[in-house]
Amino acid sequence: MEQVVVNGLYLGAQYALIALGLTLIFSLMNVLNFAHGQMYVLGGFVTYTVVAQFGLPFIVGLLASGIALAALGALAEKFLFRPVIRNSKREESTMLLAAGIAFFLDAVILLCFGEKQRGLPKIVDGVFNWDFIVVMPYDRILVGLLAIAMVAVFILFMQHSKTGRAMRALAQDKIAARLMGVDVDRYSMIGFALGAMLAGIVGGLLVTITGINLGMGGPTSINAFMMIMIGGAGVISGAILGGFILGMMESVGLTLLASSGEITYLVIFASLMVFLAVRPQGLMGKPWG
Amino acid sequence: MSNKQRWAAVALFLLVVFIIVPATITASGRVDLYYTLTSVALLSIASAGVWLTFYIGRINIGQGAYALVGAYVSALLITKGDISFWWTLPLAGAFCALLAVLIGLPILRLRGVYFAMVTLVLTEVSRLTALAIPFTNGAKGITSIRLPAELNILGLTIIPDFNTLTNPKLAFYLMATMMMVLAYAVLWRIVNSRLGHLCRSLQQNEELASSIGVNIAWLRVLAYGISSFFGGIAGASFVAISQSLYPSSFQITDSVNFMLNCFLGGLGFVFGPMLGTLLLYFGWDLLFATGRFQLLIYSSLMIALMLWLPNGVLSLMDRKGARA
Repeated sequence: MEQVVVNGLYLGAQYALIALGLTLIFSLMNVLNFAHGQMYVLGGFVTYTVVAQFGLPFIVGLLASGIALAALGALAEKFLFRPVIRNSKREESTMLLAAGIAFFLDAVILLCFGEKQRGLPKIVDGVFNWDFIVVMPYDRILVGLLAIAMVAVFILFMQHSKTGRAMRALAQDKIAARLMGVDVDRYSMIGFALGAMLAGIVGGLLVTITGINLGMGGPTSINAFMMIMIGGAGVISGAILGGFILGMMESVGLTLLASSGEITYLVIFASLMVFLAVRPQGLMGKPWG
Repeated sequence: MSNKQRWAAVALFLLVVFIIVPATITASGRVDLYYTLTSVALLSIASAGVWLTFYIGRINIGQGAYALVGAYVSALLITKGDISFWWTLPLAGAFCALLAVLIGLPILRLRGVYFAMVTLVLTEVSRLTALAIPFTNGAKGITSIRLPAELNILGLTIIPDFNTLTNPKLAFYLMATMMMVLAYAVLWRIVNSRLGHLCRSLQQNEELASSIGVNIAWLRVLAYGISSFFGGIAGASFVAISQSLYPSSFQITDSVNFMLNCFLGGLGFVFGPMLGTLLLYFGWDLLFATGRFQLLIYSSLMIALMLWLPNGVLSLMDRKGARA
């Protein structure tokens, strides 16, 4: 039982970090970033390349992932999303653009890094063992704690920095924020970069544990969509909550229904649909996002 | 466009689809094109359904689910129930429509991105259900499904047995395009009827429509049901052509593609999804020659197209009309 809870917390911490990036982008620009999973995979490959090919320390790889993805996000916002949002009759057109970017990143990853599964050796050796009640490798604990720390830093940043305040204002009411002198274009770009950076960093963290491969992008996006649906799209507390709930459900489900992984996900999906029928805006969301 | 011009355009389209294309293919000997065009026709039927849900203001990324359900209904009825394909086709559509009503009642209350994401999840649910329930044969799928048999009503042969045909590819092509023409005729009729006007009112403002007395709950379930009917018959037809079916036959990628077809063609035009399907499918096929750069070029073109024509390819016609 304790083991299940700890597994769930570990999964939840990394999920929350992925969902945070997605929900930030959604709240600022009303864009559902289909390419989020691909950004996560790209982050993992950047860390892998820096550490395994160039032989630099892991923390450098992680930083490189963050910076590379932040730059990618900023450029995508400035040169792709902004003109499309301006010229399009319907807001949903950005979904096609995001899907196009997802395909594009898939192609880039395939050409640059190949289709092989890549992984890095553990950052810390050893296994934490508490009387066989809770068994957890140290590197997973470290990654889980790092993820939680990053979530905390992110919340502090959003609550107390000038940039964070500006982005929260934007998420609440774009027109009002503009009238108060918030530079909408600039903060949209920063927000998009920040969201992409979070995805990249999670990818970098997990490359040491689960490894990374080309096919992970799509399923990761779907998982992230589910998390922000549980918590409520565009709400930061909701993304964190959604991440932990999904992590816990997966952990419990895989233990109870160990025989087949498909049934676990079927149950999760089905219960999500029932839940959304009762509470369409998710746990913390405002009605109609 | 005047009424006369419109009929001329329709006649020209029918001429191209039913006479010029088969003649050209026979002349050039590229028989493989039949399969490609059949796929385009069937996929554009499913996309037409997605377009109809767009028309009531919902982003539907779940058409793959109904295509898969329709395909399984047809395949199971043919293999286990020993029913002719031609009867399973409407049954598959009707089953999907019924299912869509049941699922739609709760989820159509959602809007915008929420509805989009739920329908996306729906696609995954259908795949996992097909894997999990016992009589679908799991990941092994259903194979060696019979070709469509003869359809006769009161002893009159309407459609011959596909096994006896010398060129079943042409028969499938004609079947698929015939269905496509019918589907788009229905869609066009819906859009240009009272129902279509009501749907447009939903797209703009549901509360306002409701306050005037439009039964919005019934209307959106109806539209979603018709949309899923299209998905179901498209899926069922694919079974007849490929003669096999797996849980992975229709996946999230397919659902996303159906949606992209609509976007690409243009959401403001009934024939948008047809054009979008043709462009996306053929674009992908033509780029096959570029080998490993296929996906890169394809996605770059898609992004570029979005930058220049964010309202779909058919919006070019808008611009021309505005200038004239």
